Amino acid sequence: MSSHAEKPAPLGGPLVTPLTVTLAGLAGIAAVILLIRFIFGIGSVTNVNDGYSWGIWVVYDVMAGSAFACGGYAIALLVYIFNKGEYHPLVRPALLGSLFGYTLAGASVIFDLGRYWNTWHIFFPPWAQVNSVMFEVAVCITLYIGVMWIEFSPAFLERLGRSDLKKKLSNWMFVFIGLGVLLPSMHQSSLGSLLIVFGTQINPLWQTLMLPLIFLMTAITVGYAVVILESCLSASGFKRPFEADLIGRLSRVMWWFLVVYLALRAVDLAWRGAWGEAFQPNVMALGFWIEMTGFILPVILLATPAARRRPDRLLISAVALIVGTLMLRLNGFLIGYQTGAGWHYFPSLPELLVTIGIIAAQILGYIVLVRWLPILPKVEPVKIAR
Amino acid sequence: MSTTRRQFLQGAVASGAALSLGTAPAVQARPNLTLPPKAVGLLYDSTLCIGCKACVSACKESNNLPPEFSTAENLWDTPQDLSGRTKNIIKAYKDGNATQKDREIDGHAFIKHSCLHCVDPSCVSACPVSAMKKDPVTGIVTYNEKDCIGCRYCVVACPFGIPRFEYDKAFPKIVKCELCNHLKPGDKFKYSACAQVCPTGATLYGPVDQLLQEAKRRVALKPGSVTRVERGRVGSGDIYEAKLTAQYLPRVYGDRELGGTQVLKISAVPMEKLGMPELPERSFASVSETLQHDLYGWLALPAVVLGGLVIAAKRTARPDEEDEA
Repeated sequence: MSSHAEKPAPLGGPLVTPLTVTLAGLAGIAAVILLIRFIFGIGSVTNVNDGYSWGIWVVYDVMAGSAFACGGYAIALLVYIFNKGEYHPLVRPALLGSLFGYTLAGASVIFDLGRYWNTWHIFFPPWAQVNSVMFEVAVCITLYIGVMWIEFSPAFLERLGRSDLKKKLSNWMFVFIGLGVLLPSMHQSSLGSLLIVFGTQINPLWQTLMLPLIFLMTAITVGYAVVILESCLSASGFKRPFEADLIGRLSRVMWWFLVVYLALRAVDLAWRGAWGEAFQPNVMALGFWIEMTGFILPVILLATPAARRRPDRLLISAVALIVGTLMLRLNGFLIGYQTGAGWHYFPSLPELLVTIGIIAAQILGYIVLVRWLPILPKVEPVKIAR
Repeated sequence: MSTTRRQFLQGAVASGAALSLGTAPAVQARPNLTLPPKAVGLLYDSTLCIGCKACVSACKESNNLPPEFSTAENLWDTPQDLSGRTKNIIKAYKDGNATQKDREIDGHAFIKHSCLHCVDPSCVSACPVSAMKKDPVTGIVTYNEKDCIGCRYCVVACPFGIPRFEYDKAFPKIVKCELCNHLKPGDKFKYSACAQVCPTGATLYGPVDQLLQEAKRRVALKPGSVTRVERGRVGSGDIYEAKLTAQYLPRVYGDRELGGTQVLKISAVPMEKLGMPELPERSFASVSETLQHDLYGWLALPAVVLGGLVIAAKRTARPDEEDEA
């Protein structure tokens, strides 16, 4: 149970700093590029083509972006479903990261939809096509964003002094917590299932009926990795003590998840006789090994209890997992996607700047909200002086 | 707060149910779809094609598509590939000195690329808003831009690379062959324009079962034999006698691929060389939909899992604790 010292409180402090101004500038550049996209078409600022019609605006902004936003989901799974109350102080900061990640991933879908004004068709008959994996992904992500705002609303209500509403809501919060675990389980796995209908266009290293499980497990592990990263960064950025005990124990949970994941991946590749593809002299095999290194490295680095308390190892492991998770999605949807001879894709500069701008907007929002709302556990001044 | 083994296991069961069941063998596999009763399509005979591209031109006229220039003078409609402006194209295969037609080595051959109107199309399965549909009677795979959200899942999913997108437009749409489904009585073209204008009968329009019969008859013929070839559509009566020079390969492309396609192709040069992919008989759409139905059929599994999750959350997220959360 949370002690009084761990009660969340606004951080306070300046909102206009060199970092926040830079982040706002990057977001502004992205906004200008997007304006050009909406006037002259997707091809005017991106390199996507009929061979690679999905570029990084889909594969990074939505696929990887939403996976990186699984911190809230992964922590909620631990705290509320596996009843691990000691991780409770992590819930709010993780949920805030998820809220931003998902809201922006959801919003950035619009940038890539060619006929965005019809987006609402997905949710209504006679358009809604329930056999489509895309339908499931779209509905679940939209619902989850709504659920997350409700889960997060106590922080706003606290700030606004509406404790009456907050109390009513908290009586029913368990329903939203349940939904908040179910919905990401559904759509994070479905992001993998999207690839199944691609059939033999996807290299056997990534085309498997285990895709939903592979995508789900990596979304959960990267959720823990992002919470660890956030904790490391906010310890140094906001000059707060590093929560070595809590993060060390969390990384143990993550470590076991990773071991199970790697075993599943290895057995699935062996079962389908696909390991040979991993030793071909091509870019797909290279992509595969970069991906796998991202998952194997943390297993090695965090193997002992002492190692799991070292901020440097935790930081490197978290970054490795983020890279591995990103590579899995890039490999599945781009590098391992063979669409016929003569097609090439590499993101254009404006295309990259939009993705960078979205990431910048996300970090900016996080900084602003933790300073303004009660998110991070309150720390006694004595501890800061330490 | 301590966690008992039992509590932990309950949580594990709740959240793990979806996963373990999802990976269990398919109980009710969704089989390949089957050919609609009055399915229509095309038979393309590479050995009869002379590469005149009359079909490319007629397709543009019928579908009101603009020309695409690829020469310096900008005089001729010379599309290099299917695109947002081209729904049908004839491509050439060349090897070595390319002297003899319909020969794999030191020869050349033509191939027509346009929508194959799969019996069990990936694009229809992929489309989240029913913009891609398969006509239940004719089997024509149609596209309606008014429904489409422009997500391009169809573009990436199609194993033949058929649906194309208008990347250079603010209000773009998907472009693909719809077998001239838009034609009305009184229009210049009476049926698929590509077949109607083909001077050699290389592209023939008709009921798929009859096209398949004709395809099988032709691939059994020997070089040197003289055979009757129909032009335009099956039953047009526009018949001429052709002397065969090439040796057909004993394969009708589209007979089995992904459970069959309504456009069939025959040739003397291997289909792989002509740019047609090797594909299994089980449709990708059926694999994908079987998985989705296993996981989400009647929302049974999500409902059970949600029940478990809500019970677990009710136990752990007490209102008094939420005051601090």
